[in-house]
Amino acid sequence: MEKVLARGTEAIAEAAIRAGCRLYFGYPITPQSELTEYMARRMPEVGGVFLQGESEVAVVNMVYGAAIAGKRVMTSTSSPGFSLMQEGISYIAGAELPCVFVNVVRGGPGLGDIQPAQSDYFQATKGGGHGDYRLIVFSPESLQEAVELTMYAFDVADRYRNPVLLLTDGLLGQMMEPVSFPEFVDLDSLPDHSSWALSGTGMRREAHRVSSFDMDPVSLEKKNMLIQSKYKEVVKNEILYEEYQLDDAEIVIVAYGTMGRIVKSVVNQAREKGIKVGVFRPISLWPFPYVQLSKWSDQASFFFTVEMSTGQFVEDVKIAVEGKRPVEYYGRTAGIIPTPNEIFAKLMELI
Amino acid sequence: MIYTERFKAPQSLSGKEFSYCPGCHHGIVHRLIAEVIDELDIQGKTIMVAPVGCAVFANDFFELDGTIAAHGRAPAVATGIKRARPENVVFTYQGDGDLAAIGTAEIIHAANRGEKITTIFINNAIYGMTGGQMAPTTLLGMKTTTTPYGRSEKNEGYPLRVSEILKEIRGVAFLSRTKVTTPQDVIRTKKQIKKAFLAQIEGLGYGLVEVLSTCPTNWGLTPIESMQWLEENMVKEFPIGVFVDKVDKVK
Repeated sequence: MEKVLARGTEAIAEAAIRAGCRLYFGYPITPQSELTEYMARRMPEVGGVFLQGESEVAVVNMVYGAAIAGKRVMTSTSSPGFSLMQEGISYIAGAELPCVFVNVVRGGPGLGDIQPAQSDYFQATKGGGHGDYRLIVFSPESLQEAVELTMYAFDVADRYRNPVLLLTDGLLGQMMEPVSFPEFVDLDSLPDHSSWALSGTGMRREAHRVSSFDMDPVSLEKKNMLIQSKYKEVVKNEILYEEYQLDDAEIVIVAYGTMGRIVKSVVNQAREKGIKVGVFRPISLWPFPYVQLSKWSDQASFFFTVEMSTGQFVEDVKIAVEGKRPVEYYGRTAGIIPTPNEIFAKLMELI
Repeated sequence: MIYTERFKAPQSLSGKEFSYCPGCHHGIVHRLIAEVIDELDIQGKTIMVAPVGCAVFANDFFELDGTIAAHGRAPAVATGIKRARPENVVFTYQGDGDLAAIGTAEIIHAANRGEKITTIFINNAIYGMTGGQMAPTTLLGMKTTTTPYGRSEKNEGYPLRVSEILKEIRGVAFLSRTKVTTPQDVIRTKKQIKKAFLAQIEGLGYGLVEVLSTCPTNWGLTPIESMQWLEENMVKEFPIGVFVDKVDKVK
């Protein structure tokens, strides 16, 4: 396939369109406004709908509306905007609606700054909204992977009738890289949601009443348990991860997204000095590859987590390792990206 | 025969018994909406968005595809549905807390976009479902559980006249304030609801009908006293009338 030079946010937008997404609702926020702007230009070209909402609160509810109508829909935002969307995401998960979110994470908390960060990990993977629900979360290390995961995210959302989040940061969002785009999905081949979606009864069927509301605790618990059983299937089927030079590794660096890519050069640097290091990179952050990561505790002397936050992702690494080996942590926050040299120096300290 | 024909339940109602309190006007307005949908022959393509509040159960009372939006977000949800399915008819049903407090941003911007949706706005000057707290439309001096000494403009500000705000918005194609306390009111209200639907069906823009309604339970009045109270107090604060009408004729 032909490669084209693309910017991160725009590559994700184009991938969504190729996946059959014809509805995009957005609100400008740095560092992802280029995605919104790309959609504003591109949607009319493909007969789709672009709408700039009055707030992220409105946008997430527009996404709810389009998803409940049974159509592929997405939005993108950055950390403060994603916080505003949490109420809507809880309702979307409760009503079991498929849709795709992109959070181009920036430094926080609060207004923070606009530089790349990974400090929304808890919010993304542990539930930022209220109630027993899960977001399925994928995090890419490159633009090519971002394109593929974006397209895949729509399929996964449809398969489980659950929102899917592409969690990335301004580093990837603003980066330019050669990308090869898969072909456009045939819109007629998209999954059929007519058994539940709101389309009007057409006077041919019973009314579809879809919401997250149920006043009867017995019935709501039953519904919640059905959603949980769906999540068990997600855990069984949707775990994605990459193992890099782990075969003989005595030290396992664990990192995700853009950090997962940066630490690979640390591995190369260490291996030149004869230190046997590898990388375990979760691609699905929920479901988290606990079992797959845990396996390496037989071989590794310790795990070394690197992330652009004060220590969120490291908690999942510790859950996976179950105290069998030490789990070290190094991170920067507030939009500062650790350099390979800095990480290497920390690694040398630990040895 | 004519008698029984006229008073059978509208097809667009599901037949499920309403859960509303005696004397509450939700039931009358539900029936009028259903009659309009029947008469316009749009039941098969109408999608409703219920609110949070007493009408949270409204989906069950209509034989229509429907959902329940988060508190105040019905116009945004309806926008998403309508943009995804422009061939459908979409309406929101919202109370004063939902529309005039927590959802003010959504209602103003849906109206301003001239969104091809319809809103039925129930204004009873109080929060019903949560047990009688102050609404943005609560009258000055009116006692509620959160204004136990009466609403004071110094502390809580003034009753919010939403329709007077919305009438300045150019995306609005039909806008009225009405009531259902007398048979004449009911007939007028039905005509206005029909126009608010026609505004979207004919692609003219956003339509909203505000209905002044009773809440005997939380007002602490009997149904009949409530009607009198509405006539004597609410109509003064919220004058009835048609504010915007771009719909040529009622079919």
